[in-house]
Amino acid sequence: MSGTPLKQALKGLMAGAALAAFGVGAAGQASAEETFKIGVVTFLSGQAAESFGVPAWDGGRLLIEKLNAGEVPAPYDTVGFGGMKIEAIPIDEAGGATKQVQEFRNLVQREQVDAVVGYVSSGDCLAVAPVADELKALTILYDCGTPRIFEDGQYEYAFRTAAHATMDNVSIARYLQARGVEIDSIAGLNQDYAWGHDSWRDFTASMGQLYPDADVVAELFPAFGAGQYGTEISALMRERADVVHSSNWGGDLQSFILQSMPRGLFQRSQVVFSAGDHVIPALGNNFPEGVILGARGAYGLMSPDTPLNNWWFETYQERYGVIPVQAPYRMAQALLGLKSAIEKAMAANGGARPTTDEIRMAMKGHEWEAPGGLIQMKLGNGHQAIQPTAIGTTAKDSDGNITVVDIERFAAECVNPPAGQNSVDWINAGFPGAQCE
Amino acid sequence: MHASTRRTYLSGLILAAALLVVGFLLPAWLLFTVTKAIGYGLVALGIITLMRGGLVSFGQGLVYCIGAYAAGLLATRIGVTEAPLLLLVGMVASGLVGLLVGPLIARYRGIFFAMLTVALSMVLYGILVKMNAIGGSDGFTLPEPTFFGWQPDVGTSDLALYVTAVIVACAAATACRLYYDSMAGMMALAVRENELRVEYLGSSVFNVTVRNFAIAAALGGLGGSLNAMALGHIDPLFSFWTTSGEFVFISVLAGHLSVGAVFVSALILELVRSFSNRYFPETWQMIIGIFLIATIIFLPGGVGSLFQRVLKRGPAAGRGESAENEGRAAP
Repeated sequence: MSGTPLKQALKGLMAGAALAAFGVGAAGQASAEETFKIGVVTFLSGQAAESFGVPAWDGGRLLIEKLNAGEVPAPYDTVGFGGMKIEAIPIDEAGGATKQVQEFRNLVQREQVDAVVGYVSSGDCLAVAPVADELKALTILYDCGTPRIFEDGQYEYAFRTAAHATMDNVSIARYLQARGVEIDSIAGLNQDYAWGHDSWRDFTASMGQLYPDADVVAELFPAFGAGQYGTEISALMRERADVVHSSNWGGDLQSFILQSMPRGLFQRSQVVFSAGDHVIPALGNNFPEGVILGARGAYGLMSPDTPLNNWWFETYQERYGVIPVQAPYRMAQALLGLKSAIEKAMAANGGARPTTDEIRMAMKGHEWEAPGGLIQMKLGNGHQAIQPTAIGTTAKDSDGNITVVDIERFAAECVNPPAGQNSVDWINAGFPGAQCE
Repeated sequence: MHASTRRTYLSGLILAAALLVVGFLLPAWLLFTVTKAIGYGLVALGIITLMRGGLVSFGQGLVYCIGAYAAGLLATRIGVTEAPLLLLVGMVASGLVGLLVGPLIARYRGIFFAMLTVALSMVLYGILVKMNAIGGSDGFTLPEPTFFGWQPDVGTSDLALYVTAVIVACAAATACRLYYDSMAGMMALAVRENELRVEYLGSSVFNVTVRNFAIAAALGGLGGSLNAMALGHIDPLFSFWTTSGEFVFISVLAGHLSVGAVFVSALILELVRSFSNRYFPETWQMIIGIFLIATIIFLPGGVGSLFQRVLKRGPAAGRGESAENEGRAAP
């Protein structure tokens, strides 16, 4: 028995080395003409898997299958990416930024993927973007929230095909104003990490502009993954704020909702969830009524009535038996953006397989139609998208099912900063250049 | 110079030379993986140093993170990108923390020592998550390192870091071997066997423990600053308990018999993780778990015990380090 584990380890190592050699040798040969290989990185385990990662990969897998079959409605009815079949390698995003940098390198250098699409966590996006430039690897950041990526840095090979988190909270404040909600006091419960702090900062700054007389009466930052909110709910009940804001997501949001309901928080204050749509499939009709809800875009129950969106919504619902929420929309928006940029690059070079640099140049400042509306790469020197969004209020329909009503739509330029502006400065300056109809 | 000392120097040099040559043949992804494994291996080498004295730290993320943040802040705030300098600063910063923390926890043993180290690393994690000025939970990005004023281009930067890592690793491993074989280093084994007797013989258990803890901390800082440069991004997860857990895993996998084994184990872990991630994206944690259990069952003495077996069968059997090895294969 003594030699067995060593032999096995050696075998594994040799298999790895052989695979690496094969991978290097096979690059750029005939078979590569017909397929376009992408790495898809999203949470397949851990806290963000149920809320974001798994629905996103479900959506991605479905869309890739439909694209390869040429079954997506126009203008996306060509097979795969410009005739090339899409081959996806899923990778789990769990494990922290250290692991993501390593797996990103492995995808690019070992698996020789043509592009990487992924990353929900802001920390992972921040870590991967510089590596993308270093390796000259086309990288589509499909979800993550922080505005820092293209406001603090500048990257040539990384793109984010969805609006950053500033939009979510500016649009919530605008919604409150548009619906004429009277507000004298606001309170917030957000997770104690960058996402929660950034969301609360953007929300209070926006409220400061639109409701200058409203006071902040409670700022609560329970730990990420806290799960128990009894004390915080007591504090919120005591303060009787007109508006209670939360950017919580996943299990944290579900626990907060389930623990607040019997205490009557939803009756006492107007509760707003800036990114809360994704817990509707999990909570179903336990989701409270009268909550103002964002989805980080015009997604799911707030998606627009367009042929592309109707096809997407129905196809997803038919396959998985639940409504598509923000994550699959954002994944679809990234894949369709990549597809249209590749096809744009192919049209420009006469139909040949485009190089990474040709795709990158086509992606820069690109615009395309996605299920959630028109995506425009207008910020960060053409690398950061802006998009229209929608906010609504939950209600029960005649059958007692939870739905979203009183939907207000906001144009991309109304809730996103203009090019070259830092988001916080833009809000604090009173949204200069915002174009709202 | 004593014959065994000369042999240690010589094997360190030969190994370094061999690894440098190998570096030119490896594909780029493997260069990076080896570099990262060396970073982890250095921290695990610190744990091995403690293990020889009968202690296991479950909180080496503390010093790993301090080394990384010291190097990272120096690079981003002051603009020093010189790799050797960043390594030195990371090592010294963590070493100093080790000297500060060591005396506070050196009298604890077993689970109490382990839990205190976890607690300290999680305190650092908690502080860093809240420090939005340096990126909070998202961390921050480091500039590309330079080497004596030379800024390698894209193709050679992986190799440059690999060369740096190999030199650092071989130097650290050689230094540790020399220390372990020295009188001071041997005291750690005595402490593990019988603390009371060590005190009666006129030695200080406290001093031995603090010294080992500081050495472990310095090695942790060295690994942290190396990985910070290799990854180009650092965040508070460097100090999270799961990171510390990986270091302990590497140490267990390596065993404390050989200083080279930690680097081999770290590389094995990286490869197992990477390939299970690639081929089992939804169950990769389980694969790693099975691998760990299999290691404990079939190789309780660690990878180092395999080296020993090979050595014992060879012509050099019974020489040199054997004094330490008798009956220690299964602690």
